[in-house]
Amino acid sequence: MTTFTNKAPGGTRARTSLYWRYLVEPYLYLTPAILLIALVMLFPLIVGISYSFQTVNLLHLDKGGWAGLSNYADLWADRKFWLALENTLVWTFGSVFFQFTLGLGLALLLNTRFPGRRVFQALVFLPWAVPTFLTALIWAWLFNPVIGPLPHWLAAVGALSEPYNILGDPELAIWGPITANIWYGVPFFAITLLAALQSIPSELYEAAEIDGATAWQSFTKITLPFLAPMIAITVMLRTIWIANFADLIFIMTAGGPANSTQILSTYVFTTAFKKLDFGYASTIAVALLGLLFIYAALVLALRRKFVKV
Amino acid sequence: MSVQVRRSPLRSFGKLCAILFYLCFALFPIYWLVKISVTPDQLVYTEGTKLWPSTATLGNFGKVIFQTDFLIFFRNSLFVSLSTAAVTTLIAAAGGYAFSRFEFSGKRILVALLLLTQMFPLLMIIAPIYRIVAALGLLNSLPSLILVYTAFNIPFATFLMQSFFDGIPKDLEDAAMMDGCSRFQALRKVILPLTLPGLGATLGFIFTAAWSEILFALMLIRSNDAMTFPVGLLTFVSKFSVDWGQMMAAGVLALVPSCIFFIFIQKYLVQGLTSGAVKG
Repeated sequence: MTTFTNKAPGGTRARTSLYWRYLVEPYLYLTPAILLIALVMLFPLIVGISYSFQTVNLLHLDKGGWAGLSNYADLWADRKFWLALENTLVWTFGSVFFQFTLGLGLALLLNTRFPGRRVFQALVFLPWAVPTFLTALIWAWLFNPVIGPLPHWLAAVGALSEPYNILGDPELAIWGPITANIWYGVPFFAITLLAALQSIPSELYEAAEIDGATAWQSFTKITLPFLAPMIAITVMLRTIWIANFADLIFIMTAGGPANSTQILSTYVFTTAFKKLDFGYASTIAVALLGLLFIYAALVLALRRKFVKV
Repeated sequence: MSVQVRRSPLRSFGKLCAILFYLCFALFPIYWLVKISVTPDQLVYTEGTKLWPSTATLGNFGKVIFQTDFLIFFRNSLFVSLSTAAVTTLIAAAGGYAFSRFEFSGKRILVALLLLTQMFPLLMIIAPIYRIVAALGLLNSLPSLILVYTAFNIPFATFLMQSFFDGIPKDLEDAAMMDGCSRFQALRKVILPLTLPGLGATLGFIFTAAWSEILFALMLIRSNDAMTFPVGLLTFVSKFSVDWGQMMAAGVLALVPSCIFFIFIQKYLVQGLTSGAVKG
């Protein structure tokens, strides 16, 4: 108390207020968020990583304990893991490629003028509002020859020899969830790319027009370079998100038939949910996390090299 | 801005085709869901793949609502999603405000940490969460779901709220504080009313996210009275996989709340989808 009164009142107040403004007050607002994230996400994340070095199986609780790297040795020798890795690549890049292409087309279309454009926009973005579990069920039903039209149409155009359910065919099954994912994800790409398109100054197009550029030339020389940074960041984030996205596949095929649609994230979930083998599930999850880190580092390095922003 | 298009008939025709293609692609699956849901049971097998059944009925909806547990599932989901949305928005508004208005030590680390939580596979923590929730004796309870969903959605919601606060001029609260308000009073009386649309949009985003979550709900909820709608629907599908009309009627019901919230948030979609991406 005495030290306080000895000092000049103004100086103390300035100091407290500096502490207050830089160390205390912001954290008053942030504490609930930090606490929840630390308790519900970061702490379990660390526990999860530690599980990958243990035997944790709820069906055999007696056999718990540290297991060193044995889970990772099992993973290396697990044929299903390598198959799931291959499927993850097909699933992720197949989905991203078509989502991006169709999304870019939709964004370019929405960036022009035509009657009823606002209603059109609301309607084509509707798939984004459909909950993912329902998206999965709807598409599973559409591929069902009893109540869905798709097998009949595919057979009619000669893509299938007879109207059967492609979700039961190990060769084709993965394209079922990919189709559902494309349907669900096009609005996301369209909306982000549309926002980027609308930020391109229209003077550029007018100048190109005066100089006699064709529509294709202004697309490749103006639109694409302007969109490039947005495309890079959106595609990278979306790739990671889709690689982690297990709902559609789990509901449509549960990884089957014969693991032909099993991707790493569904493999994590089925191992934890059906076999209750938490140790091994965490090991697959750590492998997935590592692969995603490598991917993100690669993309960021490439971006630094090629895209000059 | 508008792209100058030379009006050649071929071009307009191509554009019309593109418009029709996107419309059919987006709407056909939803149309099919509604179509089967109004097809009477005895017609499903004979007319299942026709574009419209010869007679339509609302009977499937009646059965779903009065003869199954879907009303309970619906109520559970509504409770979980609304509570998650409310709690998340409150916490995220406070966090977003701090990110928007303060420069403080540790800010960059916090932002990086929040971004990190958006990157790693959430399934990675499904096993630890299950064991923690089980150890607390909270399996099959809705509050445990609310707690988990709230934490998952806070990072995104915080960035979203920050972008809304960033859009409100700082001078407004400076003026209020000059007039003798404390910072908290300025926030409550001046800033919050201005950010009501932003709060609404955040509520909508979090509600739809919580409404469609299924994997953690499957893991943490096994008993019938605590099932959320997605879990209930999936259980129904695996048990009664031939009651097509009823399954799809339940599906249509699941669509209603998301569509209502979707209409509210459509204006803010761009801001929402890009807010997590541009920061950092």
